[in-house]
Amino acid sequence: MSQRVNLGYYPGCSLHGSSDDYQQSLTACFGALGASFKELDDWICCGATAAHMLNRKLSIALPARNLALAAQQGCDELVAPCSMCSMQLKKAQRAMAMDAALAEEIGIIVEAKPGGTRVLNLLQAFDRVGMETIKAAVKEPLKDLKVACYYGCLLTRPPEVVEFDDCEQPESMEKIVAALGATPVKWNYKTECCGAGMTLANEEAVLELSRMILADAAAHEAQCIAVACPMCHVNLDMKQSAVEARYKTRYDMTIYYLCDLVGLALGLTPKALGIDRHFVGRKA
Amino acid sequence: MNATMQGNSILQLESLAGTKFADCYQCGKCTAGCPRSAHMDKTPHQLIRMVQLGHVEAALKAGAIWQCVSCETCTTRCPKRVDCAAVMDALRQVSYERGVTSKQQAAVVLFQKAFLDSVRRNGRMNEIEMIVQYKLEGFAAIRRLGFLLNGAMLAPRMQMHKKLHIVGEKVRDRGVVRRIFARCMDGTE
Amino acid sequence: MARIGVFVCWCGENIARTVDVDRVVQEVAKLPGVRCAVNYKYTCSDPGQAMIREKIVSDKLDGVVVASCSPHMHLKTFRKTAQAAGLNPYLLEMANIREQCSWVHHDRDQATAKAIELIRLAVAKVKNDHALEPIKVPVTRRAMVVGGGVAGIQAALDIADAGYEVVMVERDPSIGGKMAGLSETFPTLDCSQCILTPRMVDVGQHPRIKLYTYSEVEAVEGFVGNFEITIRQKARYVDVTKCTGCGECSKVCPLKKNKSEFDFGMGMRPAIYMPFPQAVPARPVIDKNVCAKLIRNGCGLCEKKCAAGAINFEDTDRLVKEKVGAVVLATGFKLYDIGKKDGKIAGYGEYGYGKYKDVIDSLQFERLVSASGPTNGEIKRPSDGKTPKNVVFISCVGSRDNAKGLPYCSKICCMYTAKHTMLYKHKVHEGQAHVFYMDIRSGGKGYDEFVRRAIEQDGAKYYRGRVSKITEQDGKLIVRGADTLSGEPVTIEAEMVVLASAMQPADGVTQLAQKLNVGYDEFGFLMEGHPKLRPVETNAAGVYICGAAQAPKDIPESVAQASAAASKVLITLASSELTREPEIAHIDEKICAACYRCYEACPYHAIEKAEVRTPRGVFVKHTARVNAGLCMGCGTCVAVCPSKSADIEGFTEQETYAMVASLI
Repeated sequence: MSQRVNLGYYPGCSLHGSSDDYQQSLTACFGALGASFKELDDWICCGATAAHMLNRKLSIALPARNLALAAQQGCDELVAPCSMCSMQLKKAQRAMAMDAALAEEIGIIVEAKPGGTRVLNLLQAFDRVGMETIKAAVKEPLKDLKVACYYGCLLTRPPEVVEFDDCEQPESMEKIVAALGATPVKWNYKTECCGAGMTLANEEAVLELSRMILADAAAHEAQCIAVACPMCHVNLDMKQSAVEARYKTRYDMTIYYLCDLVGLALGLTPKALGIDRHFVGRKA
Repeated sequence: MNATMQGNSILQLESLAGTKFADCYQCGKCTAGCPRSAHMDKTPHQLIRMVQLGHVEAALKAGAIWQCVSCETCTTRCPKRVDCAAVMDALRQVSYERGVTSKQQAAVVLFQKAFLDSVRRNGRMNEIEMIVQYKLEGFAAIRRLGFLLNGAMLAPRMQMHKKLHIVGEKVRDRGVVRRIFARCMDGTE
Repeated sequence: MARIGVFVCWCGENIARTVDVDRVVQEVAKLPGVRCAVNYKYTCSDPGQAMIREKIVSDKLDGVVVASCSPHMHLKTFRKTAQAAGLNPYLLEMANIREQCSWVHHDRDQATAKAIELIRLAVAKVKNDHALEPIKVPVTRRAMVVGGGVAGIQAALDIADAGYEVVMVERDPSIGGKMAGLSETFPTLDCSQCILTPRMVDVGQHPRIKLYTYSEVEAVEGFVGNFEITIRQKARYVDVTKCTGCGECSKVCPLKKNKSEFDFGMGMRPAIYMPFPQAVPARPVIDKNVCAKLIRNGCGLCEKKCAAGAINFEDTDRLVKEKVGAVVLATGFKLYDIGKKDGKIAGYGEYGYGKYKDVIDSLQFERLVSASGPTNGEIKRPSDGKTPKNVVFISCVGSRDNAKGLPYCSKICCMYTAKHTMLYKHKVHEGQAHVFYMDIRSGGKGYDEFVRRAIEQDGAKYYRGRVSKITEQDGKLIVRGADTLSGEPVTIEAEMVVLASAMQPADGVTQLAQKLNVGYDEFGFLMEGHPKLRPVETNAAGVYICGAAQAPKDIPESVAQASAAASKVLITLASSELTREPEIAHIDEKICAACYRCYEACPYHAIEKAEVRTPRGVFVKHTARVNAGLCMGCGTCVAVCPSKSADIEGFTEQETYAMVASLI
């Protein structure tokens, strides 16, 4: 294995809350890949959907505070596995980079200078570890597993903010899944929204959007869906039975975090990865 | 709203959104790609058209801005680089600050408010605390029992999978969090 | 002693209202060297000009100043007047006391004082003027047309029919361009090949047109009236003089599955092929990138089969030089590459072009509809050959899109999309055409009626809005668009989607333009001399443009521009000598140190490195020398010359100093 990779880690509220199975999976998987995660000390909420919906300044200030902490704590690269968190951090960074007056104002508001820490979403984190490292570490290839790679909204767009992979036909997740020996399927919904943080606020929207994703994955013979965001996981996994009840159908679709799949290929057990904590039992 | 107020509102919206309403040539691509447009009383391009025509108040009262799921598809595909997602954010912020949010969308508004209130208190969002506030304030506004009970059945399953964390986390430096909120939302120190 | 006449014009009210012309005449008459000073109401009129002529003769004037409007308006007029009276026309100067004085000032006293100063300057200048003769440049009375599409064909025929020889250079194996591949043309639904092929044959058979096909312009030397152009004739591997065009070679060629360029990839062609049956010249060409014999010395079946012995695998590119007096660029267009990233043009990943077989572009659809096309005119899906019952046509793909890089409108797509819906309906009676559009641009003769016919009589459904995304499900294409007129999103399930992609200039045109010193804009469209008044000329003397190479346009406009360009060529070729204004640079070879800064700096490459030799041919020194045919008199060389040996006739440094001195 190549030299140890040291990354800063920004969990966000979900990964310490009801999606801490994601944190469990992440830590186990990246640990096995030789990457260490150092959690940002005393991090605060990034503001998620609520801040940008109700107050623009707040939506930049809250992430900026975290970027300042990262700078203070000597963190060059910060992994934010929740794509909402990674988007808010990146957006705030970009807004301040393009408007010096705004950067100065935010610096005063958050009582510190936000730094230029490189923010990485889960896909970028795997990319940072390196495809060669991942391939070399595969012990149990996921043969005959058909995976629908689901990017959702915020991993690849808006392209000027994320600057990673193609926003209309991304392939970075497929590359990782293929390296694990599995078969990524071609399907139509890989960048369509699942309803994100609206799970409680607008359940109707989430059920309708999630249903279309589950249905399309099933129609293209996927045995499971891989996600890289805790909200996507909640909407597709935790709410799958609600979708089934509403639309009187069954999907039985296993929803994996991408790091679950990587971890399994690395020879880690489902229990170690927290897969047994998913709502939809593991079928494939 | 008189003409001056309209003009000022439009400037405020443009400043918040970082984008010019005049740039939009009403091609409809935002509406075409929006996953929620079929459920909106006014579709994204219509909202922009309303502001172009000066009907700011009607745009602020639209339910559509709260049906938006912020998926950024509109912004990504707009041929004129109008940041439509940012326009929706701007409409939401001004609508909220002026207290003219759509009554039918009260649940969405109150959810976001409960979320922010929890962060303001603790520095991080505490799920149970947030849900309790959301359900109570929401019921007061909506007055449907279904609203209160909906989702309750998830709790036992979450407990089974050890996903239910009754006590949330608090950051150490909560003072700076409160000051940030005060500066951004209240305009005070 | 100078004998200058000053004529101060009232220009009706334009000057006289603000400038006290009587006082001006009084004051300028006192200037040393001024023989007579008069004012007149309309100096440019016939009586006004007659007065100037009389004064030149009666007062024996050796220099004239006309104080009136801008030289842009009437310098030519007054110079002719002077010449008619026997005075060298370059001994006449104008003082602009209208645009630069009476039109921009209000205070009468100040304006009058300024007018007097302006005339003082002009008098100082004219006292230092020399008589100059116009420069004569010999003209090769032949023309070249680059590009054999409908515009190039029209220009070539016009010039050749007027009696001059034309050299036509076409990059593809046959002339005909994009029009040869179209099915029918709007607004008449004329068969495109039927109306074009007679013209193509005319070109091929014209006694005065020398046709180079499968050829490109390699290098350009010279200047207006005297171009020497090197043409690269690419190797066909077929001797066109021996070949009879029988087509047997194509039949026996074993490599049949190569994407046909003429069919835009919708059909196949062999390695040895004629691009289409009506090709001019009707001779095949071998694709050297796939031919087995050329690559690894295998096969060779065509050579064995050819009864005329016309196959020549030893063929090489040939370089040929042609001398011409004028060049017409008619290089046409290509369609925007959808789905590809090309520098800053970002592609359209959301439409699935290249991913879904049944998403095609408009030229590909033309080939499907065309009776001589890969499906014999039947509209069939590329994926499974079935007839589509619903076809979606999307306008403005790549055009009017600042985000993807092309902000302009491609002009023809609204019309050809309406045409496509009609052709589709005429062939598939139960089919339904759906069009997503932003605006309908149908400004030509009969054009709007044509579009309404598509909607009202042939039942095309038009939705006003763009399409956001196309996905494929169970063999159907799901098109998610919008109709802003009703405010709703619109989703159509179709079996085929046709994208009206943007018009761009043909590949390689910017390199060609640089060879000819022709400007082009940020999109590669060739620059006209003036957008309103000089649409087919360029800023390079002797080079003209027409057709889609200049900007997106349709066939009637291309043909009209082609004839316009031809008429400009005919003016250039009208006599065996070209007259040029003599106000160009001149280098004093006695002083010139041959540092060649002027050579480096000249934007028109008009300075040559030359030698000064004695009459016996003994070398004396190196020098820079101005080519009188190319120099545009911009003065850059004067600015950079360290030894002051470069100067502009009619605008010498001495004159300029004299003018400044007269003011102090």
